[in-house]
Amino acid sequence: MKVTLFATCIVDLFQSNVGKATVELLERLGCEVEFPPSQVCCGQPAYNSGYVKEAKEAMKRMIETFEHAEYIVSPSGSCAFMFREYPHVFKGDPVWEPRAQKLADKTYELTQFIVEVLGIEDVGARFEGNVTYHTSCHMTRLLGVKEPPMILLKNVKGLKFTELPGKERCCGFGGTFSVKNVAISEQMVDEKVHHVEETGAQYLVGADAACLMNIGGRMERLGKPIKVLHIAEVLNSR
Amino acid sequence: MAMKISTEKFNDRVEQGIHDSFMRGAVAGAQDGMGVKRRVVTTDELSNWEDWRNHAEEIRQHVLANLDYYLEQLSENIAQRGGHVFFAQTKEEANEYIRGVVQRKKAKKIVKSKSMVTEEISLNAMLEEEGCEVVETDLGEYILQLDDHDPPSHIVVPALHKNKEQIRDVFAQKIGYTKTSTPEELAYHARVTLREKFLEADLGITGCNFAVAETGSFCLVTNEGNADLVTALPKTQITVMGMERLVPTFEEMEVLVSMLTRSAVGQKLTSYITVLTGPREELDVDGPEEFHLVIVDNGRSDILGTEFQSILQCIRCGACINVCPVYRHIGGHSYGSIYPGPVGAVLSPLLGGYDDFKELPYASTLCGACTEVCPVKIPLHQLLHKHRQVIVEKEGKAPFSEKMLMKAFGLGAASPALYNMGSKMAPVAMNPFTVGDKISKGPGPLKAWTEIREFPAPNKERFRDWFKNREKGGE
Repeated sequence: MKVTLFATCIVDLFQSNVGKATVELLERLGCEVEFPPSQVCCGQPAYNSGYVKEAKEAMKRMIETFEHAEYIVSPSGSCAFMFREYPHVFKGDPVWEPRAQKLADKTYELTQFIVEVLGIEDVGARFEGNVTYHTSCHMTRLLGVKEPPMILLKNVKGLKFTELPGKERCCGFGGTFSVKNVAISEQMVDEKVHHVEETGAQYLVGADAACLMNIGGRMERLGKPIKVLHIAEVLNSR
Repeated sequence: MAMKISTEKFNDRVEQGIHDSFMRGAVAGAQDGMGVKRRVVTTDELSNWEDWRNHAEEIRQHVLANLDYYLEQLSENIAQRGGHVFFAQTKEEANEYIRGVVQRKKAKKIVKSKSMVTEEISLNAMLEEEGCEVVETDLGEYILQLDDHDPPSHIVVPALHKNKEQIRDVFAQKIGYTKTSTPEELAYHARVTLREKFLEADLGITGCNFAVAETGSFCLVTNEGNADLVTALPKTQITVMGMERLVPTFEEMEVLVSMLTRSAVGQKLTSYITVLTGPREELDVDGPEEFHLVIVDNGRSDILGTEFQSILQCIRCGACINVCPVYRHIGGHSYGSIYPGPVGAVLSPLLGGYDDFKELPYASTLCGACTEVCPVKIPLHQLLHKHRQVIVEKEGKAPFSEKMLMKAFGLGAASPALYNMGSKMAPVAMNPFTVGDKISKGPGPLKAWTEIREFPAPNKERFRDWFKNREKGGE
């Protein structure tokens, strides 16, 4: 199966390990992975801040870049959801709305793709350690992907799983919210860090690099010894 | 009290909220407790909760689409029963009409049951100006009124930010209370004091949870029974309702009352659900001799037909407030409006203007928790996003530096060549700020980020470079 990778700008620039793990994992599961280099940012930072005109330019480039794909897969629930939102953004546009719809229909978040499209629940991974998992808001509530990451993590050999208390609560990232309302964001992320600590886990795993950058960045600042990993990295461990 | 409850800056209010450790403990405890109760009586107990939500949404949308028809039907039915109906376009018109009734009836002592819309139009201030004694009879509202008109911090639980010791102090100072801070003792004292007020009152004022167009009735939902006394004892009654708070018949009322109580406080029903129809009739043993319904527009009809119309579906249950992670940490007063939380952040700028409330749509991570629990399916987080778009595009109220940054984003992110160049240069540009693999004191937009967290240094080899090299055969 041919997969076109939508790596996201955060992974491209700051978390290349996540991109590598995603490629290796998909290949191990029998996919042929391509990465169109003309991909940019999905437009979410500008879009969510209210700059729709500016965001649309980036969105058009992304539609052009991914139009040929059979399946678009992204290691981010939030960015994948942004693709799914494109038809609403271009609503009423005779040219771009249908093109956006086609793009949205073939876009998947990584774990969703593995479980729902590939039909695989055990990726044959082995990971020794005590793990807790942060359910990102956009991925669970807006994209509606709740079960796939849980199913995949449960089947990882050696992995001890502890549920995160208050897991449905936002970590305080929220894109530009994290810098615009830094005082509130701090309180939110501190509560999240507190819950992560409560689990006694050595690893905090998530499926959205942005949330992980927020929680991880705060834990590092506070000197917490808990490591942060993207789910692709765990599923790619053997 | 008007809708706007503070002249302080948003950030200063937030600072105060964050440092009020008692309030934060109370809010978190209430959110967690009510969250569990709500889940039990919604998704757990009703396997078809989503069908209920769809049905409730449909009812509200139908009413909004036919609002003129139902308002006319309601008015006719009330008039037929001998009640008076006044349609107030503005808060001033509403207050003037009520002032007229008060003067004509020579009313001096007034009891009120809980009503957000009367707070919105600053009714109490007008009544006090008229020399009336106005007593709020909902316990929470009563406490706040005694405490020198402390504003409500929640639309259902107005005194959520106060603990029992603070309440004891208020009672001791204002109504001669001498006992302990035990809730039962406090409530008993309030009950005895309020009973006197009910008996002396010559005018009762209520809000309105739902008005029933077909019968000209209106419905009040309480847990204290105070609304029953407000409507049973005084000779004159004035009910104030927001113009959208209507249902066609009792059938729809029943659905919405159930959605309201389950979503608001996690109860299948509240202790009192009271439905009243017009003034006292011949065989009635109680009820007012004279009944006035004041229907308040105050900016609502301006929302009709706009992209924000769905906010008028709101039934004021506060479920969105009870799950909001931002409200959790800053409390209600930080919003600077009597309508806090997600619903307040959508509604306040619409009713009160962007000048006073432009920060509120940004006081959200767009996490969607509010939208998920809303019993009438208002897409709250999407409406917050729409506000941001209006603020940027129509109001031009976004900060200059942000505008420049987003313009640069529009150019950079939309051009593969620029993106490629910019991202390639990122590690070099960030080098002066980078220590090891992290940035602890970032420039520009990173400054605020790194105030509280580390930021990762850009990878020396971008993912795209790794992929390209790998395709070429290198690893």
